[in-house]
Amino acid sequence: MIETLLTNYEEAAAVILFGIGFTTLLFQRNLIKKLIGMNIMDTGTFLFLASMGYIRDRKAPIITDGITDVSAYINPVPAGLVLTGIVVSVSVTAIMLSLSVRLYRRYHTLDLDDIYILSKHQTEDR
Amino acid sequence: MDFIWNFPLFTIVLSLFSGVLCMVLKRRTARTYTMIFELILICMTGAVLFYTIRMDGSFTYPMGEFPAPWGNEIRAGILESMIALLFLIVMFCSVLSGRKFLELDIDESKQNLYYTLINLMTAALMAMTWTNDIFTGYVFLEILTLTSCGLLIVREIGRTTLAAVRYMIMNLLGSGLFLLGVVLLYDVTGHLLMVPMHEEISVLASDPAAMTVINMAIGILTIGLSIKSGLFPFHYWMPDTYGWATPTSGSVLSALVSKCYIFLLIKIYLRVVGLPIFAGMPIRNILLVLGMCGIVMGSVSALHADNINRMVAFSSAAQIGYIYMGIGLATEAGFTAAVFQIMAHAVTKSMLFLTTPRLAAVSGDSLKFRNLQGSALRDRSAGVSFCIGAFSMIGIPIFAGFSAKLQFATAAVYSGSSVKLVLVMLVLAISSLLNALYFIRTIIRIYSPAEDEEQRWPVRGRINYNIPMAVLTAANLMLGLFSWVIADLIERGFASFV
Repeated sequence: MIETLLTNYEEAAAVILFGIGFTTLLFQRNLIKKLIGMNIMDTGTFLFLASMGYIRDRKAPIITDGITDVSAYINPVPAGLVLTGIVVSVSVTAIMLSLSVRLYRRYHTLDLDDIYILSKHQTEDR
Repeated sequence: MDFIWNFPLFTIVLSLFSGVLCMVLKRRTARTYTMIFELILICMTGAVLFYTIRMDGSFTYPMGEFPAPWGNEIRAGILESMIALLFLIVMFCSVLSGRKFLELDIDESKQNLYYTLINLMTAALMAMTWTNDIFTGYVFLEILTLTSCGLLIVREIGRTTLAAVRYMIMNLLGSGLFLLGVVLLYDVTGHLLMVPMHEEISVLASDPAAMTVINMAIGILTIGLSIKSGLFPFHYWMPDTYGWATPTSGSVLSALVSKCYIFLLIKIYLRVVGLPIFAGMPIRNILLVLGMCGIVMGSVSALHADNINRMVAFSSAAQIGYIYMGIGLATEAGFTAAVFQIMAHAVTKSMLFLTTPRLAAVSGDSLKFRNLQGSALRDRSAGVSFCIGAFSMIGIPIFAGFSAKLQFATAAVYSGSSVKLVLVMLVLAISSLLNALYFIRTIIRIYSPAEDEEQRWPVRGRINYNIPMAVLTAANLMLGLFSWVIADLIERGFASFV
C-alpha cells in the first residue's frame, strides 16, 4: 500500500491537494478562502493530469533530428487538457471574485453565514 | 455527407456568434434577433430529428475531418435531436414569456447582455447534447455553469447575489469532481471520445484492478453531476436559486440546465460505460436510493413551503429524484422512463415557473400563499396555465406527468427485483399523494375569491404570454397522449447509442 503510494507520489500528492481544496471550498465560511480552496482543488487535478501525461526519458512532442518514432515523444493531449482546464479555472475565479465584491459592497462582510443571516432580514419579497 | 450533417455544429457555432453579436446590438434589436435566431435553430434541429428518424440511426460528424481516435466529434441521433429540439422550444417559450419581467428586473442598458447570456447558454446546451467527446462536455459544462450564474445575478438584489454565490459554490464542487472523474477515465482508457472509450472499457471489464478505478471514476463523476443537477441531499440550493431569479432565468435553470447535466450523465452511462457494465456497478443502487429519498423529501419540503416559488422549486427536487430513480433501475426501460421524465419535467416546470410571477404580479407582488388568494381570477390565463402544470405534476391522465409515472412503474415491473418493484411503487404512490396535496391546495387557494374581489378587473393574458403557454401545453399534451410514440423514439435512440 505505502509502496504503491510512494511510487505514485505525484498522483498521491495530487489527490491529497484535491481533497484539501475540496474540503476548503465546502467548509470554509469565508468567500475568499473558499475561492483559494477551489483553485487548490483544480491545481490538484492539473497536477494529476500532467504527471500522468509525462513519461520519463521521453521528449516534448516536437520532431527533432528527424525522429518520427512515436515512442520517442510524450502524448501532448494531457498538456492541452491542463491548459484548457487552467483557462476555465481562471474565468470561474474571475466571476466568483466579482460576485464576492458585489456581496461585500452590500453586506460589508465576506462570511457567508453572516451574509445569509443578514439577507433573511431583508424584505425584497416579490 | 449530406449538408444536414452540418446543422448540429451550426446550432453551437451560430449560438456562440450570436452571443457576441448581441453585446453590440441595441436592446430591442437583440431581443428580436434572439427570438428569430431561436426559431431558426428550432427548424434546424427539427430537420435533423426528421433526418435521423428517416435514416433510423445516427450520424457522427468529425470536426476538421480527423478520423476517430484523434479528432473531436459531434454525434446526432434520434435521442440527441429530440432532447435538443425540446430544449430549444422551452428556451424560446421562456424567453418570450418572461419578457415583461425581464424589463422590470434588469436595467435597460444591460438588457442586450441578457440575450448574450441566453445565446451562450443555448450554445452550451447544444454542445453538451450533441458532443461525442467527454472533455468537450466538461468545457461546455463550465460555460453552462458560468452563463447560468450570469442569468441569476442579472436581477441585482442581495438575495440573488447570495443565491448565485451558493449556486456557484455547489457547481464548482460538482465541476471539480466531474473533471477528476474525466481525468481518471482518460488515464485508464487513453481516450476522450466516447466510442473508443467504450471499446477500451469493454476490454478492461474483465480486469478487477482496472474496474476498481473505473468504478471510482464513474462514482466521482456521478457525484459531481448529481451535485450540479440537485439530487437529494444536494438540493438545498434550489429554492433560493430558482425562487429569486427573474422568471425566464428560473424557468431555464430548472427546466433545462439541470436536465442537461443529467442527459450528459445518461450519455456517459450508456455510451462510455455501456448498460451491461453499468448494471453491475455499485453506483446504480446509490442513485436509486438517493432518487427515492429526493422524491419523498422534496415533496415534504414543498408541503411546508410558505411561498409558491419555493414550493415549485422543491417539487423540482422531487422530479429530479424521479429521473435518478429511473437511472438507478439500470435497465433500458428505466433509462427510457428517465429520459421521458426529463422531457415531461422540462415542459411542465418551465410553465409553472413562468406562471407564478404573473400570479404574484396581480397579488401585490407577493409570492406568499396568503396574498395569492383569488389571483387566478384576476389573471385567468395564468390560472389556467398553473392548473395544467399542476395537473401534469400530480400525474392526472392525458398530461405528461402521468405518462412519466406510468413508465417508471412499468420499468419497475420489468426490473426483475421484487424489492425494487415494491419500493418504486410505494414511492410513486406517496409522491403522487403529496403532489396532489400541495398542488390542489394551491389551486383552491388561487381560485377562491378574495374578500374585495369585485373591485378588481381581471387582467388579460398578453399574446407573448399566451403563445408560449399554448406551445408548452401542446408539448405537454403530446407527451401525455402520444407517450408510446415518444417512448418508441427514445428506445430507437438508445438502440443506435452504442
